[in-house]
Amino acid sequence: MPGAGLDHSSTQSLGIGAAIIDAGKAGLLALGLAVPILALRTETNLENQLILRERWDYVAIAVAVAFFGRLVYLMIPARRAAPKARSLTFNGSGIARAVAIIGLALLIVYPFLMLLLVGKAASLKWIDNFGIQILIYVMLGWGLNIVVGLAGLLDLGYVAFYAVGAYSYALLAANEPIKQFMADMIGPSFWPLWAFWICLPVAGILSAFWGIILGFPVLRLRGDYLAIVTLAFGEIIRMVLINWIDVTNGYAGISGIPRPSFFGIPFNASDSGFSAIFGLEFTPLYRTIFLFYLILGLALLTNWATLRLRRLPVGRAWEALREDEIACRSLGINTTNTKLTAFAIGAGFGGFAGAFFAARQNFISPESFTFMESAIILAIVVLGGMGSQIGVAIAAVAMIGGTEILRELDWLKHVFGASFDPVQYRMLIFGLAMVLVMIWRPRGLISTRYPSIYLKERKSVSGDLVKEGHG
Amino acid sequence: MATQREREPLLEVEHLMMQFGGLVAINDLSFSARRGDITAIIGPNGAGKTTVFNCITGFYKPSSGRILLSSEGSATPSDIDVLTRSGRRSMAAAAGRIYLLERMPDFEIASQAKVARTFQNIRLFTGMTVLENLIVAQHNTLMRASGWTVLGMFGAGSYYRAEARAVDLARYWLDRIGLLDRADVAAGDLPYGDQRRLEIARAMCTEPVLLCLDEPAAGLNPRESATLNALLKSIQSEHKTSILLIEHDMSVVMEISDHVVVLEYGTKISDGPPSYVRNDPKVVAAYLGVEDDEVALAGVGIAP
Repeated sequence: MPGAGLDHSSTQSLGIGAAIIDAGKAGLLALGLAVPILALRTETNLENQLILRERWDYVAIAVAVAFFGRLVYLMIPARRAAPKARSLTFNGSGIARAVAIIGLALLIVYPFLMLLLVGKAASLKWIDNFGIQILIYVMLGWGLNIVVGLAGLLDLGYVAFYAVGAYSYALLAANEPIKQFMADMIGPSFWPLWAFWICLPVAGILSAFWGIILGFPVLRLRGDYLAIVTLAFGEIIRMVLINWIDVTNGYAGISGIPRPSFFGIPFNASDSGFSAIFGLEFTPLYRTIFLFYLILGLALLTNWATLRLRRLPVGRAWEALREDEIACRSLGINTTNTKLTAFAIGAGFGGFAGAFFAARQNFISPESFTFMESAIILAIVVLGGMGSQIGVAIAAVAMIGGTEILRELDWLKHVFGASFDPVQYRMLIFGLAMVLVMIWRPRGLISTRYPSIYLKERKSVSGDLVKEGHG
Repeated sequence: MATQREREPLLEVEHLMMQFGGLVAINDLSFSARRGDITAIIGPNGAGKTTVFNCITGFYKPSSGRILLSSEGSATPSDIDVLTRSGRRSMAAAAGRIYLLERMPDFEIASQAKVARTFQNIRLFTGMTVLENLIVAQHNTLMRASGWTVLGMFGAGSYYRAEARAVDLARYWLDRIGLLDRADVAAGDLPYGDQRRLEIARAMCTEPVLLCLDEPAAGLNPRESATLNALLKSIQSEHKTSILLIEHDMSVVMEISDHVVVLEYGTKISDGPPSYVRNDPKVVAAYLGVEDDEVALAGVGIAP
């Protein structure tokens, strides 16, 4: 917890004078940063000449924000006592349980709730952009949580497995020879209808396989070194996708990926389509709703598997590995296999999510699998509290939902002018949110750990005792 | 108490050599630890005691030498010869399985040869509960019971029965170290002395034939030291576990050990029962450089 100790010692004994001095320092720091960044800006004028525009008002605002922000932070002593008290309220597993049950119930009724609230046309956006998008990231967060949160292996290239899953599905399902072969063997309608259900497990298995491939070279690495190599692995996969044009079609991506069917019934306007068979009026909404429940099911499968694995020896070995690798080896635990299973299972769930993503988008390109995605997924895990399933879900809702909400804030244009686009401030807000969470809840939103087995009473373990792992 | 069979050597270290670059940490060390004995390795700081431990438990690969463990009965010289020449790690001899530890990776030494160890600076899983620490120690048994996770995923009853047995074993050891009512507390929340005993209990949960303790009494007060002595004595008498320990606290060493090996600068300078070692002029000289053995041995306990 860097900084926390300093805050405790400096603020409790601080008077107003000292607080002002401290805030003054923050203001000076802001001034030092703002002058080179904000004060001067080069622009081209109408005669196409470079001119220097001075923006001292911006500098003044930045310094004022830093000064008063620090002052307010220092003057509210209650805030610093808060983290302890708040983590105490989370100690009863009852609250977490209640949140989980209510959340799940809300998710199950969500598509119909949206239909009811905003109507057919508008609900498409809410189910697709919010519901499905968030659930994909919940699933990715839970998958990465196995690697980072449980096994303590810092993986900055998780998006690679997402990409492997997506491309595995796309290349298999949209593959002409396979389609032709299946048409000859079973019938022309078989492959387009069932490709998703056959390729989904295949994509997961291929991803898990790539997880093991990555796992082998990095077994001996720990901490920062592991992070760098996994990051490089993510980039290698992306570079291969971009440059192996014969197979992946490069930047242009793969289109015409078969969409999932309702267990063999397509979502189209034909007589054998979903709407006709169930006697409903045709609308693309049904597919979206189905996709929503599909990703919900996949995410819940991830969660179920993780919770189950935590209670099995392999899951306990992951957590023990995060706590102390040397002690693990002294107890006869094969740490090589333990790490590889963590990589493989985490990657497998990433692959499932990738296959779903490809099927939902109908089109994929390397653009979707940049390092930024890895960073967002990792941020979700860290913000949520490493190892905490419910924390990761909350963080995914906040981060991905928050981004999407920014698109909805058109009224801000009335405040800041028509050229103001709130989505542009996404990363700024992310950064700020990260800093705030790390100040107030340095171990993530839910930092307590629940033991996987107990004799008399399930007591939560304070996050301060739980190690973060060194890879 | 000890029958002839129990007094056979369990662990035989022969011509062990460990070099780190130009530094010779252990030089041609040979000693043996007998079955059922408590064998102590003592010596001044930097004598190479922990290095010997790390070689035995596989955390270091010795530069040369042989570390033989005969888990059940004593192997004949010809068996040992056959195994050494074969290039294999272990083999079934007439008297039981024998292992060449210097050829095995650390986790196999723990899981197959059944050598457990503790650490000088306690290495518990601090964020896991006391009970979880003891369950993790039974990883390999539970892993088999869970069908390498596959059966366990589908909730096989055999796994839950194995887990219940594992909890029973953990409960037994918690009772032995007096931590039964703290089973659900995080290991990192325990006081230092309890953590030391928990680490021993965790090692015992692997059901070892040889328990290697690296300074188990370090940082304990005299009362905790006495409890530790009693615990180690009872492990010796009630379980089929022999003990090898490094210790600076002479009250522990002299009271409980059957056999003492003294190291200085990586070389063995004395080897024998405590009463012999205590009076060995070389040992006294190594520790304090004076002749008065009473002062010497009392002094070691205070300022090692």
